[in-house]
Amino acid sequence: MSTTGITSWSVDLAEVGAIYPFQGLEVIMLLVGLVFWICWHVITFRSEIELQQEKIAKFGTAEYMNSAIDED
Amino acid sequence: MGTNLDALTTVFTEFYYWLTVALMFLIHVGFCMYEVGASRRRNHMHTLLKNSMLIPLVTITFFFFGWWIYWAFPNGPFITGGLDLGAAGPNAPTSDIMGTNLQDRITGVFWAAFLLFSWTAASIVSGSVIERINSGAFWILVVLIGSVFWIIDAAWGWHYAGWMVKILGYHDAYASGVIHAIAGGFALGVLVVLGPRLGKFGKDGKPRDILPHNPWLVCIGLFLIYTGFWGFYVACNVPLIDPGGIGGQITGETWTATTIYLTPTTLGAITMNFLMSLSGGMMIGYFVSKGNAFWTYSGGLAGIITASAGNDIYHPIQAMIIGGVGTYLAYKLHYWVENRFKIDDAVGAVAVHGYAGFIGLVICGFVLWGHPASPYEGYATISPWGQFIGAVIMFGLLGFLPGWIASKILDSFGLLRIPKEIELLGLDFRTNLEEEAAAKEVREAEKAKI
Repeated sequence: MSTTGITSWSVDLAEVGAIYPFQGLEVIMLLVGLVFWICWHVITFRSEIELQQEKIAKFGTAEYMNSAIDED
Repeated sequence: MGTNLDALTTVFTEFYYWLTVALMFLIHVGFCMYEVGASRRRNHMHTLLKNSMLIPLVTITFFFFGWWIYWAFPNGPFITGGLDLGAAGPNAPTSDIMGTNLQDRITGVFWAAFLLFSWTAASIVSGSVIERINSGAFWILVVLIGSVFWIIDAAWGWHYAGWMVKILGYHDAYASGVIHAIAGGFALGVLVVLGPRLGKFGKDGKPRDILPHNPWLVCIGLFLIYTGFWGFYVACNVPLIDPGGIGGQITGETWTATTIYLTPTTLGAITMNFLMSLSGGMMIGYFVSKGNAFWTYSGGLAGIITASAGNDIYHPIQAMIIGGVGTYLAYKLHYWVENRFKIDDAVGAVAVHGYAGFIGLVICGFVLWGHPASPYEGYATISPWGQFIGAVIMFGLLGFLPGWIASKILDSFGLLRIPKEIELLGLDFRTNLEEEAAAKEVREAEKAKI
């Protein structure tokens, strides 16, 4: 029993193909990957907008903006 | 790998592409340094992360669907045939050769070489939009250019069986169009919707110079892009193949290096032409900008990009002249477009990549007129009209248009551009305050020990 299908290296390599674990679950792995990717976009985009609103509420005054520009 | 010769050829090819990937990584290091150097202090960290995060995002999406598109779309589909599912199937993310597989040693490194082109396409866009785009919006745009549109153009015009190669005789050996023109066009489409940075244009409409925070970082970044470009060039070749492997009209038994179209070339030729087109571009860049360092280095890039379409065949002196002409025109077009249309391209990417790439494709059509675009029978030969149509497809249809439409959609939801207050405060404003407070606390703690 092996997660890769290989239990011993006493084989002819010409007859060995894929050796990654859990072969046969590629579609499920792809779905997990797609969900991870889409969620990442949604979560980071939301947090970026929230952070901007917070920053504007706290520092969005002429005084702060002038000091930020002067420091450049 | 039935024989020792098979094994040597396979392992050589595997190592060859692997090495190009490591070299091309430097393109991205260069782009990051360049952008950070060009941005102002209040935006450094966001500028760096905006670009850096395209690495994982384009990588995973190129694995999920980009690579499959390359193999499925050479016929359009529905121009010279349907989707090529036979070729795409083994390159789908669910295929067993997309994992560790002892029967296939090339797909992984070939995929990675294409992926690094994808990063480059996306990173070209990144520099033009600095200091005012939402990172979240940018990351959606980079998936579109890096894992969808550039790879469609590669299937059409950078594949031995692409419909543009068959019907138009399209020739673009080192990607003047398939990477540079499309990315420049896409960047322009985004910039039209995004608008200029605050303060870039005066009330009279005259542009102001927003100087780079660190010109040295900009120059080193451009040098690193040159360095990585070596990897880019050799990755565009098939390093070693026998005529039987090509299966076209070439006779005899002489093995050769070829372009992506399987047309013969040599590594020596492209090395000379790379250096000569770089030189032509730098010399004209220096001349036309009156010694401006940024445009001199960018001129080197524009020179290579202009000559790239035909650098597999050009004579080195032709490569030098073509590189110089492209650089001159790209420089002039940059300022004309800036003045006429109020486009704020912060790093000149649209000019250096987009205009130079477009011009290079058209010049290639004249200089290589009548040369076979493919070793296979029945393909069109290279021509000015085939190259011009190809340039319009790359820059306009697959570059500008998707960039403009995607930006319009993001803008309609208020997601494209950062709020005015954030732009004035700087994207790093709170981080900078926190860092200053932390540094002050440490200084005070240290003083307390005296």
